[in-house]
Amino acid sequence: MAAAAAETGSFDVEFRSVARYFGEVRAVDDVSFALKRGSFHSFLGPSGCGKTTSLRLIAGFEQPSAGSIEIAGQSVVGVPAYRRPVNMVFQHYALFPHMDVAANVGYGLRQRVPGRPRLAQGEIDRRVAEALELVRLPQLARRRIWELSGGQQQRVALARALVNRPTVLLLDEPLAALDRKLRREMQIELQNLQREVGITFVLVTHDQEEALSMSDTIGIMKDGKVVQLGSPEELYDAPVNRYVADFVGESNFFAGQVAGSDNTGGTLVTASGLTLKAPFSRLGARLKTGDRAVIALRPEAIGLWRPTSPPAGLDVARPARLTNRIYLGDHSEFQVEAEGLGPVLVRLPKSATHAQGLEPGDQVLLGWQHERALMLAES
Amino acid sequence: MTDSAVIQERSRRRWAYVLLAPSAFWYLALLVLPLIVVLVYSVGERAETGGYQAAFTFDNYLNLGARWTAFQNTLTLAPAGTLICLLAGYPLAYYLAVKASPKTRLFLLILVVVPFWTSFLIRTYAWMFILGGRGLPQLLDYIGIEGVRLINTPLAVLVGIVYGYLPLMVFPIFVSLEKLDKRLLEASEDLGAAPFATFRQVTLPLSAPGVITGCMLVFILLMGEYLIPQMLGGGKVFFIGNALVDLFLQSLNWPFGSACAMALVVIMVVTVTLYLKATRGTGGRDVSLM
Repeated sequence: MAAAAAETGSFDVEFRSVARYFGEVRAVDDVSFALKRGSFHSFLGPSGCGKTTSLRLIAGFEQPSAGSIEIAGQSVVGVPAYRRPVNMVFQHYALFPHMDVAANVGYGLRQRVPGRPRLAQGEIDRRVAEALELVRLPQLARRRIWELSGGQQQRVALARALVNRPTVLLLDEPLAALDRKLRREMQIELQNLQREVGITFVLVTHDQEEALSMSDTIGIMKDGKVVQLGSPEELYDAPVNRYVADFVGESNFFAGQVAGSDNTGGTLVTASGLTLKAPFSRLGARLKTGDRAVIALRPEAIGLWRPTSPPAGLDVARPARLTNRIYLGDHSEFQVEAEGLGPVLVRLPKSATHAQGLEPGDQVLLGWQHERALMLAES
Repeated sequence: MTDSAVIQERSRRRWAYVLLAPSAFWYLALLVLPLIVVLVYSVGERAETGGYQAAFTFDNYLNLGARWTAFQNTLTLAPAGTLICLLAGYPLAYYLAVKASPKTRLFLLILVVVPFWTSFLIRTYAWMFILGGRGLPQLLDYIGIEGVRLINTPLAVLVGIVYGYLPLMVFPIFVSLEKLDKRLLEASEDLGAAPFATFRQVTLPLSAPGVITGCMLVFILLMGEYLIPQMLGGGKVFFIGNALVDLFLQSLNWPFGSACAMALVVIMVVTVTLYLKATRGTGGRDVSLM
């Protein structure tokens, strides 16, 4: 019992079989997870996967239809949003247009909170200045909201949430409205900020690059369920199924039926009759003969050669035709049509001399090593 | 600027004047000119047979005290009516804009609008009956409350005013509340403000433009009200509007009537200016009349 309590103590957000139904729709469906204190967590998934509802359940805008939610070890079921030790950065910031920047940031400090003595004006001013310093906007305290750029509004929203020193900071697609360059900047800044303040961050996004670059852990969501929760490396290298492999990074999938398997991997026969071998994903299911499955290959795991000069030691080698080549600076992407495999995406670094000078329409040879592939369940 | 740009700019300006001319004419002929006529009449004398006779005297203004009751009624019942409209209209507008489901909202909005499809005169006649001896008082009599007189009292006028002008208060407030970004309410709650604190700090200030517009509309129209005091006040509770009709059409004392009218205009300009000054800076950036 004591050990369990100690373990609970290291988590800031815990879902136990949480469900949220909207009529017939199961927005969040029997979800359990625990988010470690002081880390940067993301929930990633397409729209309608339940990630925003999960965030709103933590914030208190929604109450669970079933299950229990704990924040910092305290059950918050039935506790309204204004009594929870969490603050949110809204998707479109939701800054108060009738207040200036300082009044927006100080809003949370001016509220009456049971158990907290009323803050003196001097104290509020000091903490507002501190928060604006933290987001590097100290000179804008007296500006009106509509005078700010999108990036500045984003920072004000951050300061307004962080100034309350919440246990958990929630971020609802906070970078979606920013242009690409600014978004990249803010990603780095958010990450730095999280390390600086040490607060647990929970971010919701549909942008895999964003989630991968910032998070300590990512939860991949689909149809109201968390499909996989793990570090970015885990999700990339050891996806539990095709959905995760597809959502995190890019993959080629060759579907078929398992023809034989042992503890480490198996063979799969595609619809076109090809036999492919691959190890199982470290965190995926051990598939059995007869199961439907896919062989997943990252675009960078596949090589491309002229048919006249194939390298030695390829486990799989298929003749193919190059249909398109996209130059992307330090690397290039090749779309090829391979016999028995269909369209395949290959990504090669600029240094790959064996693929230089290939033009659309050329006959090529495509191949890979078995251990670079993964055998995954369809779902 | 190049020459061609200058010429272009000039021709654009000329066009602007041409397009503005009709409304400028309208404004001059139908608003400024009559006002000047009234101003001139107000310093004139009543002709022997009634009407206007040229003169220059301030007697009419010095005599304004003779219509003190009318001014008093107008200046108490118009603000009171505006206030009651606001107190009754705000919750209704709030419910319509924030709480009601889209279906209920449409239904209730129609209910608010439908009375406008009938003549205001007919609706006021209906109130005459309801408040008259054979209406509500009879009903009260029946359940044991005797001797209640409603018609021809200030209360009857107030009831009529609130009934007639409530929609003018509800709509501007409804519009400003509907424009209100509901995520701001969630943001406020998220930052620790309980529902009433959120209303006081976010909803109310952001709906201020609607409140200001609604109050202006109702107050200005009420100051010139004639029909409701005439019908529900029965000549006992009369507004400046009634006094004016009486002076112009019955006693044919046009100069005194003009002086009363000018006094009304001055009172209105002063109160509206003060009101706008006092409410400036609350809520939105700009206060529009419509």
